[in-house]
Amino acid sequence: MKAVRFLVAVLVLVALSSAPAFAADTIKVGAILAVTGPASFLGAPEAKTLEMLVEEQNKKGGIKGKKIELIIKDTAASPEKAFSFAKQLIDEEKVFAIIGPSTSGETMKIKNVAEEGKTILLSCAAAEVIVNPVAKYVFKTPQKDSHAIIRIFEQMKKMNISKIGVLSSNTGFGNAGKAQIEKLSPEHGITILVNEVYDKAASDLTAEVTKLKAANAQAIVNWSIEPAQSIVIKNARQIGLKIPIFQSHGFGNIKYVEAAGEAAEGVIFPAGRLLIADTLTKSHPQKSVLSKYKKDYETKFKEDASTFGGHAYDAFIILMNAIEKAGTDKEAVRGAIENMKGVVGTGGVFNFSAEDHNGLDINAFEMLTVKNGKFVVLTDTKK
Amino acid sequence: MQFGSIRYNTDTPELLFRYGMNWEFFFQYIIAGITYGTIYAVVAIGFNIIYNATGIINFAQGEFVMIGGMTAVTFSHFMPLPFAIASAVLVTMITGGVIEILFIRWLYKPSVIRMIIITIGLSILIREMSMHIWGESVRALPYFTGTSVSSINLGGVYISPQVVWVVGISAIAVVCLNFFFSYTLLGRQMRACSANRDAARLCGINAGNMVTLSFMLSAAIGALAGCVVSPITYVQYDSGTPLAIKGFTVAILGGLGNSMAAVGAGMILGVLESFSIWIMPAAYKDAISITILLLILFLRPSGIFGSAEVSRLKEF
Repeated sequence: MKAVRFLVAVLVLVALSSAPAFAADTIKVGAILAVTGPASFLGAPEAKTLEMLVEEQNKKGGIKGKKIELIIKDTAASPEKAFSFAKQLIDEEKVFAIIGPSTSGETMKIKNVAEEGKTILLSCAAAEVIVNPVAKYVFKTPQKDSHAIIRIFEQMKKMNISKIGVLSSNTGFGNAGKAQIEKLSPEHGITILVNEVYDKAASDLTAEVTKLKAANAQAIVNWSIEPAQSIVIKNARQIGLKIPIFQSHGFGNIKYVEAAGEAAEGVIFPAGRLLIADTLTKSHPQKSVLSKYKKDYETKFKEDASTFGGHAYDAFIILMNAIEKAGTDKEAVRGAIENMKGVVGTGGVFNFSAEDHNGLDINAFEMLTVKNGKFVVLTDTKK
Repeated sequence: MQFGSIRYNTDTPELLFRYGMNWEFFFQYIIAGITYGTIYAVVAIGFNIIYNATGIINFAQGEFVMIGGMTAVTFSHFMPLPFAIASAVLVTMITGGVIEILFIRWLYKPSVIRMIIITIGLSILIREMSMHIWGESVRALPYFTGTSVSSINLGGVYISPQVVWVVGISAIAVVCLNFFFSYTLLGRQMRACSANRDAARLCGINAGNMVTLSFMLSAAIGALAGCVVSPITYVQYDSGTPLAIKGFTVAILGGLGNSMAAVGAGMILGVLESFSIWIMPAAYKDAISITILLLILFLRPSGIFGSAEVSRLKEF
């Protein structure tokens, strides 16, 4: 009997001690990004940024003596694909954490998957609903859309605008923005005259902007991330609508300005400071991070860095910071992110807490406009 | 008082004005409708050409539109716009021909369903290849005349000069095609192949070459469409499919094989979509077009302008 007991004990010991031996000496980080498809301008720079950062980190010898293994899954912006990739990464690959998805719709689809799988999710998508209500394992790096809207409404107040027309695309980002605009407009004294949703693949929006013109709106707010945001401003100007046009932070990609050409002049939108990194003063806390990221990205990929790639950058440095601090235990790292303070990223300075899984305040946004085909800080000369 | 999401004043008597409307806006909606309509119609014509010669629907038609736009944007960096467009049309035409020779020509009496699957496969293949060639970013040709903000003001109604270009070029294309199919030997040979391939062969027509030619022609029309609409709609590696869906709807709506009818049907659909936005929330726009498509398929399966007798003779 004693011998059997001893044998069992040995077996258990062997089993236990061999368990760590099975654990790979890499840290697997999954990334679920819309590398192709309608949101590819988000996912593609995010994927490139992560590849660049992982390569850099591994050259330095990885983190805590372990190399990072990056597994990128391309969803083409399909929430269904995001769902199955999330399952696959969590159940089969057993990743340490997931960065992404790129869009809000996809993130909401996998919020519960990450929660049930007890896997850290660092979303690169903007919608507020991702972190409100707070889910234990879900964080996000882009600024909150409610902050973007408040900044827009404050700007409108300065410009004496109170009656607006709202356009949004039928995507997670568009819907979330629309809901926040509807919620926040009464307390800022803004009346919504027309509130229209269009298809994300829309190729012409003349009829939609005509409706705004007929309603005598004083300004347009468009909430989308697709090429449609260039189409809206173009069509508005073509039908002779000269009112100010506000866009979401989704407009922060110079390609949209190029696509819209002259129509983009004067568009007002809130964005992170990456787009105007060159004009920041040396003393600005974000200056060095932004300049480094911009320079590294642009020399490596020969294309302009965008705020969207920056969201992936922030997600990665937050994760690395937390691992550096808490080691390679998932729960400890999750806790470390939640208690992280003062980490400077491309989107702003992150101060997380148990209630705030975004960590950015309203000052993370700067109001920008387009002047001579370039992004510049909006200076408050009244219109 | 609210209707849909527009506020209107119930004191105004006339119905039109009740929706916050006056004639200026009425015509602006018409213009918007015509813009949508011509874009749809010019894509639909491409479907019709291949259908006319082979009796099949080429589901890769939208990709021809995309390739045309993409290559034109690339060429426009090296040469003036008209040459860039001409070269893009030529390149797409050759692509169309090569595709037919590689994937369609050697099939022995392919069934309709097989052709559908092959062309859908081709469309996926072309899309993926384009992504590797051009990447995922959005491109556009410059406006042919003026800039993205210029418009022609017709008494308060504004129309973009590019819309005039699209309408004009589509009109010329339709007239030329009609002439080609009705009065030239080659065009008639192509039609003969569609009506009865065996009989056409017995008359000494090289049916295989006619099919290749029809692919080249429809690729060329698609490419031309891609070039003229790209300043309005932009072009991206996957922008062909949504255009093809609308183009297909319009081709069915007008009656398959009839290019003039496609233009009429395009206008009807475009204007209906545009007016639906006036009265209802814009989100219902696509529901309107699908409802119309279903109604037509139930009530007049041969299309608004199609003849039931002719369509009975066709395989598909």
